[in-house]
Amino acid sequence: MKQALFEITENKKIADNVFLMRLAGDTDAITRPGQFVNVKIGGLFLRRPISVCDSEPGLLTLIYKTVGGGTKRLSEMQPGEKADILTGLGNGYDVSLSGDTPLLVGGGVGVPPLYKLAKVLISQGKHVKVITGFNTAAEAFFTKEFRALGAEVFVATADGSEGIKGFVTDALSAAGEYGYFYACGPEPMLKALYRATKTSGQFSFEERMGCGFGACMGCSCRTVTGYKRICREGPVLCKEEILWR
Amino acid sequence: MAVKSTSVNLCGTELANPVIPASGTFGYGYEFAEFYDINVLGTFSFKGTTREPRFGNETPRIAETPAGMLNAVGLQNPGVDKVISEELPRLAKCFEKKVMANVSGFCREDYVYTCKKLAECEQVGWLEVNISCPNVHGGGMSFGTSAASAYEITRAVKDAVSKPVIIKLSPNVTDISEIARACEAGGADGISLINTLLGMRIDLRRRRPLLANGTGGLSGPAVFPVALRMVWQAAKAVKIPVVGMGGVSSAADVLEMMCAGATAVEVGAANLVDPYACRDIINGLPDEMEKYGVNDIKEIIGAAL
Repeated sequence: MKQALFEITENKKIADNVFLMRLAGDTDAITRPGQFVNVKIGGLFLRRPISVCDSEPGLLTLIYKTVGGGTKRLSEMQPGEKADILTGLGNGYDVSLSGDTPLLVGGGVGVPPLYKLAKVLISQGKHVKVITGFNTAAEAFFTKEFRALGAEVFVATADGSEGIKGFVTDALSAAGEYGYFYACGPEPMLKALYRATKTSGQFSFEERMGCGFGACMGCSCRTVTGYKRICREGPVLCKEEILWR
Repeated sequence: MAVKSTSVNLCGTELANPVIPASGTFGYGYEFAEFYDINVLGTFSFKGTTREPRFGNETPRIAETPAGMLNAVGLQNPGVDKVISEELPRLAKCFEKKVMANVSGFCREDYVYTCKKLAECEQVGWLEVNISCPNVHGGGMSFGTSAASAYEITRAVKDAVSKPVIIKLSPNVTDISEIARACEAGGADGISLINTLLGMRIDLRRRRPLLANGTGGLSGPAVFPVALRMVWQAAKAVKIPVVGMGGVSSAADVLEMMCAGATAVEVGAANLVDPYACRDIINGLPDEMEKYGVNDIKEIIGAAL
């Protein structure tokens, strides 16, 4: 965990209501894919947690969807502006469990953290398959970017305007065999995937947070192994420890 | 600049400065030790602890508000036994001072039981008895909204422990002076206020309360003027020390609270947004004192009464 001042170098729309922001600053505290950052936005009290899409020394990439006032203001920030960010939050994905043929499944703005994950797994020589799911083609993003990393990509859209018609679970048969999976997306998608998958895997959850670093108990959930804070012991939970509410 | 004295005396114990992280915003301390050396604090009030472990309310428990936030955590904590066997030893590794033990309960026996156990701990310097949690049902705030039950809980805890007892009051009352006086009559060594103000938000998409609990407690800068007013009223009503809190987020806010009658000042929501908030407020005190011609911070306690 670290607080650092970042400078925005790019902030652009990449799909309907979806923005990509690149920032320059100290990323040392980010150690695993699937971690998140908590961004201070002018005029708002609470920070906004956003998953890390990619990080390299000194460079941070975030992809976020404009859903409310906070993310709307974030989308209006300009290159050159500074952002106060708490970095390296949450546990992130455990890549040591991936096996040789991991499947990565993301829905909507659950897709971004899978990018860094795919990058890491591919660099370790794994054969990575990615399923991304969106409502419609206009909201889809990063298909090319995942392919450029060397991943096999399957896109599903609810209205069938791109790729397979349906949800990410409808793309499972097209994706074929896999030995382990990693997922991130809205809770109904995670729940459906939980039932549809045969192997073990890891799920990344979303919750409204107060602090993002374990102090306020605002984002707790029940698991097989006791109460966990999504911001601290999560956001990634193993399939075996999940208790659906 | 003349040397500034920031020390205060809270119920017989000297604090290097009056800034105290408030319960529920500082966990059991060690999370913040990852950001800075928390020994710069005079003390801090740890997460509200109950007799039995509690999960608390369902989520969402948190919502943004203008210049503040709502929370409805509902006293999640591991229970007093685990606090003593696990949290306090872990805290001892990063905090060498006395901690303020915040206690909540659902009946008189709960309060007495939990306070007694915590008072036996060497690390505990004060008991802050929360009779004002707005987010639990059948306890918490209901004790703090009647003078008779505030007196009863105070008396029962005081009879059971010898360490200083500070009663944490609810702002959700018609007459704070009456409740403050009841605690004093019950033998309280101090009072602290305000706990959060009861509030709510609606999720317009779902046409339902945003928080799973329906209502929650409002905190943050939005409540500062209300808190200040209530600290001022309570300080006029009693002779025992008052710990002021509610929306404090700067060194100037601390000085205002002290002028209103606070001997020490708790800082809550600010810690959640900026983990360095208390450290920065402490560091900012000498300059702020210089600005207003204060050399010894004790001289302004109650200056505006």
